[in-house]
Amino acid sequence: MNAFLSSINYNAWIVPVLLLLPAIGAVGLWAHALLTAKDPAEKRWREVRVLAFSFFVVEAILSLGLWWSLDPAAAGWQAMVDLPWIPQWGVRFAVGLDGIAMVLVLLTTLMMPLAVLGSWTSIRTKPHAYYANLLILTVGMLGVFCALDLVLFYVMWEIMLVPMYLIIGVWGGERRLYAAIKFFIYTMIGSLLMLVAILYLGAEASRVGGAPNFSYDFILNNVHLDPTTTLWLFGAFALAFAVKVPMFPFHTWLPDAHVEAPTAGSVILAAIMLKMGTFGFIRFALPLFPGAAMNPSVRTLIVALAVIGIVYGALVAMVQPDFKKLVAYSSVSHLGFVMLGVFALTTESMQGALIVNVSHGVSTGALFLLIGMIYERRHTRMIEDYGGIAKVVPIFATLLTIVSLSSIGLPGTNGFIGEFLVLVGSYKTQPVAAVISATVVIIAAVYLLWAVQRIIYQKLAKPENESMQDLNWREIGLLVPLVAAIFWIGIYPKPLLEKTEPAARRLVTYVESAAGKAPVTASNQAR
Amino acid sequence: MNPAMIPEGAHPLASTIARFVWLLPLLPLLGFLINGTLAMLGVAKVGPADPSAGHGHAEEHGHGAAHGHDDHGHATRHKFAPIVSLVGPGVLVATFLLASGIFFAMRGVEMEHPYIQTLFAWMPVGDLQLNATLLLDPLSMVMIMVITGVGMLIHVFSVGYMQDDPGYPRYFAYLNLFVFFMLMLVLGGSYPLLFVGWEGVGLCSYLLIGFWFSDKANADAGKKAFIVNRIGDFGFLVAMFLMFANLGTLDVQGVAAKAAELPMGGVIATAIALFLFLGCTGKSAQIPLYVWLPDAMAGPTPVSALIHAATMVTAGVYLVARASGIFSMAPVAQLTVATVGALTAFFAATIGLKQWDIKKVLAYSTVSQLGYMFVGVGVGAYTAGIFHLVTHAFFKALLFLGSGSVIFAMHAAYHATHNHDDAQDMRNMGGLKKHMPVTFYLMWIATLAIAGIPLFSGFFSKDEILSSVFARAHHSTLAESSLLGIPGGTLLLVIYGLGLATALMTAIYMTRMMLYTFHGPNRTGAAEEPHLKEAPWVMTGPLVVLGALAAFGGWLNVPALLGAIGPVGGLEHWLEPVVGEATLRTTLGEPAHLSHSVELMLVSTAIIIAVVGIAFAVWRLKPAALVPKKDAPEATGFDRVLENKYYVDEGYDAAIVQPTVNVSRAVLWKGFDAGIIDGLFVNGSALLARAFGWMGSQLQTGQLGTYAWVLLIGVITLLGAFTFR
Amino acid sequence: MLVEALALSAVLFSIGVVGVLTRRNAIILFMCVELMLNAVNLSFVALSTLYGAAGQVFVVFTMTVAAAEAAVGLAIIIAIFRHVKTVNLQNINLLKG
Repeated sequence: MNAFLSSINYNAWIVPVLLLLPAIGAVGLWAHALLTAKDPAEKRWREVRVLAFSFFVVEAILSLGLWWSLDPAAAGWQAMVDLPWIPQWGVRFAVGLDGIAMVLVLLTTLMMPLAVLGSWTSIRTKPHAYYANLLILTVGMLGVFCALDLVLFYVMWEIMLVPMYLIIGVWGGERRLYAAIKFFIYTMIGSLLMLVAILYLGAEASRVGGAPNFSYDFILNNVHLDPTTTLWLFGAFALAFAVKVPMFPFHTWLPDAHVEAPTAGSVILAAIMLKMGTFGFIRFALPLFPGAAMNPSVRTLIVALAVIGIVYGALVAMVQPDFKKLVAYSSVSHLGFVMLGVFALTTESMQGALIVNVSHGVSTGALFLLIGMIYERRHTRMIEDYGGIAKVVPIFATLLTIVSLSSIGLPGTNGFIGEFLVLVGSYKTQPVAAVISATVVIIAAVYLLWAVQRIIYQKLAKPENESMQDLNWREIGLLVPLVAAIFWIGIYPKPLLEKTEPAARRLVTYVESAAGKAPVTASNQAR
Repeated sequence: MNPAMIPEGAHPLASTIARFVWLLPLLPLLGFLINGTLAMLGVAKVGPADPSAGHGHAEEHGHGAAHGHDDHGHATRHKFAPIVSLVGPGVLVATFLLASGIFFAMRGVEMEHPYIQTLFAWMPVGDLQLNATLLLDPLSMVMIMVITGVGMLIHVFSVGYMQDDPGYPRYFAYLNLFVFFMLMLVLGGSYPLLFVGWEGVGLCSYLLIGFWFSDKANADAGKKAFIVNRIGDFGFLVAMFLMFANLGTLDVQGVAAKAAELPMGGVIATAIALFLFLGCTGKSAQIPLYVWLPDAMAGPTPVSALIHAATMVTAGVYLVARASGIFSMAPVAQLTVATVGALTAFFAATIGLKQWDIKKVLAYSTVSQLGYMFVGVGVGAYTAGIFHLVTHAFFKALLFLGSGSVIFAMHAAYHATHNHDDAQDMRNMGGLKKHMPVTFYLMWIATLAIAGIPLFSGFFSKDEILSSVFARAHHSTLAESSLLGIPGGTLLLVIYGLGLATALMTAIYMTRMMLYTFHGPNRTGAAEEPHLKEAPWVMTGPLVVLGALAAFGGWLNVPALLGAIGPVGGLEHWLEPVVGEATLRTTLGEPAHLSHSVELMLVSTAIIIAVVGIAFAVWRLKPAALVPKKDAPEATGFDRVLENKYYVDEGYDAAIVQPTVNVSRAVLWKGFDAGIIDGLFVNGSALLARAFGWMGSQLQTGQLGTYAWVLLIGVITLLGAFTFR
Repeated sequence: MLVEALALSAVLFSIGVVGVLTRRNAIILFMCVELMLNAVNLSFVALSTLYGAAGQVFVVFTMTVAAAEAAVGLAIIIAIFRHVKTVNLQNINLLKG
């Protein structure tokens, strides 16, 4: 595999191609819309979904090579491409990957076709615009994971906001406008502060280097700030990412966005977009401002918020009558684990955080797909409208049980590996936080099993449910890879851990040593 | 890591059949996959390509009802029943044969070190280089034999018991899966891997308790079991954090080696041991987490026999023995284990005195006997605890399966007459002796065994536990330490007393159960009585085997006092390489020793208590005076408190469950999330922006004249500013 | 000559401003605006003797824009008149916030 990939010089072109292909796809859909304007709507819809799906599949297949072509142990960026973009401002089109980003890129490219398949029959209005939005969204998401230039990163960060806003606002549920605007403004406030911080860093870089420069590496290595500034800039970045994660108490956009978004939107939000927040912390906030991130009071604050999010999300999830909202709050809880793992800053917890990132994407993505499937049949997300449907839809019930158990963190599934590593690693540096967070193994079982019981077990009381039809081959087919991933990560996570271990280890040692080098006095000033 | 570990290939077992130890869990897993597939094939009907195109049609109607559980309907067997009947018990027979092979291989070699088989690298992260390793030593061998042996018998029994159930393949799939996880539990070479089995058996328990999920009570019971177990699992997790942070390893062998270096009675060892024990209280139904086990009787009866009596619930006992290296370093934790065990034994026995549901009696009896086992492993008499675990597996499995065949007969009788009375209530039974003679005699054997009548298996194990407690009350690390200010020696004597009281009550409630079920006149109903008949051979066969084991299982570990009847201390020698060191640590380096006369006195006390209990029950309880359930009056006074299990469930509900749910809903969700964050901050800031906008909009009068004036003033101001600055 | 022209321009402009500020009839208002534009034109032309032909070019521009504006403006006034049957600006406050 490796020989083949290097023979086609894979690493040299793959990242730009991955970014370009969905954009081309979006243009292609537009062309299709123009060319077939006179065709019947049904035919256009059938054609456009196949067209969009094939773009996503090609994208996924192309990206698969990254698994083999990247050497996770290598120190620098890989598959790097660095081209001038806006020379006057020193902005470059610099993209590249490390093990952490690669895993997330693959998660994105592999989840997207599944998300499309998940809304294969449910989205019939304005299909061209819908699929074009999904494609542009992909560009933005991949761009965020690949960008090595702060301005490019910011542009990609904002690019993905618009299609998601439209997906929720146009194809969403009843309160879609409220949810879409809430989502947009919440995220926007955070990211504008981040823009200010980026510009400040750029100005500093140009002062140090003599020319305008937003390069990540350059800023990382050459820009040294005084503790107070570090704290402010870290705060600006952290706020943008914290909203995205979402960390308590910036999480309230998430339940609304999830509930109102169409299935694919929820899946992408949960599986990929939330990961950008944690990725932002790992890639930017921690290494760029180690002094602030390791500042005891900052660290305590973030760990405390993470723990509150973990417990609070689980408790609030427990009492939700709406299954989608329940899963949304459970995301708050899961992402809290990621934040705890990142800020506990041990190799084990960092690796655990990365695994939770992926496994939350898989499990929660699958949960949203499953909810979408019964929603399509019964047009309700309320738990109380179901009950006893294991009898009429046994395949659905089986898959829901498996996915829920993985979300609970049952050993043998992906959820356990991530949570266990996070907690075991965090205990070394944050024992109290780890122990409090561990109580969520109980609450998680309560909220999900209770919901599962009320949906698929008990008496089949509602006559509407009696004629429900089980999953079809398309739906089974799109869940099978996710279930396979659940067990793969749960039983044999070594390949995945190997991909991210060097990067995680480097990050931990870098942040520790960098923070150690410049002993933080800011904590006193901050008080 | 650990000097005691020797390379895999060099172990004497490596050249024997034991190298196929990985096949042990794999075989049941294979059975699960096959049966699971058949179960899905049996019920699944793939939906149409476009689910939003419309809903089901009339002809789909009733499709659901065709394959749900219906306790009373369908005498038709599942279409895959023949294959399932072959695969389900078949894999267990194969596993048992393999286990026996390994057992005999192990008898032939010197088991100084455990045989460790590394399967693959599981979680290689940082300092945590965790492999998936199987650990085979005499202790896990004992457990494997119990699991596969009793498991096999129960699988065979299930073929008869579940024959007409529409979920037949699903049942065997779950049961196979359970055996897989149980074997992982006892074979796990590291605590996380053990935890995989630990949670896995909990999952199977959840699935099997809620097997007939259409009934809310069953689904609730399954969920309750899982959640209560998870509370325990939290303790297990924290124990693992502590191990990793303080001992640097999670490997069973490594932890034992590192634990020996800890200070005796130190904080770390005590904390690890106590958190592990929290895990045990969940899985093994001890105070305060025992509440799930009685509810778990909602599952099919063979499940109760296998999971909730013989194997899974004893996992906590196994864990304490497995972690004996840590527990023996923490006398305070040991005293806690023993105290909790004794209190549970006593407390559950009192509830067992007044239950009417035959399975509930056995359930509380199980809780009580588990308490006994914890007393054993708690005082550092690991062999005694494990010994009681084994004999209990025999006689309790027999009791449950026997009650299963009683319920089976009752059910069939009620079914034949379309009566919906309670088939599990003893007040509806009586006089079954003449209808089900085989079950009757076998269950009496088990009753005598659990009551502690000499020469039956339970006598030996119970006696060993009690005499160990007595011995350690005088000379051990436990006697030297104290718990909550009570000196260990005194506490152990109290525990001994509780043990005796429990033994008395055990004899009483078991005799009561037998009297009400099998003796006296029949109360099932005149129409039903002719339909009562003995279960088929596929069910009684396993009962006979278990009956033999329950009767003669005591020969595994004959006390020196009775050396005349068989080899002395067989199990003790067998387990010596695993728990010997820890046992000696507790008994201050010399074997626990009681003088002949003291031992004789203890044994005779135990015998007298058992006999008195049985005699008292026979004397006081008159089955002839009992009326069927529907005619029975409400219990009053303390009877009522006992019948309602001291209202513990209600107490937990009111003190923990409801407050948590209500606070989450009213305060956290509606109050904080929707009220403060969304209401005040999010929508509040939007409101603020709107208010400023409104103020600005008031400047817009709509009068062109005003605008022109403002414009003019603005221009003049600017001009003035630039001219005269 | 220049002084007189600029003075005339100032007078005309002031008349226009006063008209815009005081009159209520939309047509008259409009004419006053035209007056202001032409006052500015006058100063452009006058000043072109000093600063070159650019001023005269600008006059042509202004007239073009004024013509376009007149067309659009009158159209708006007619539309408003059809709507509210008056061109008295006091009665019209569609721009109210």
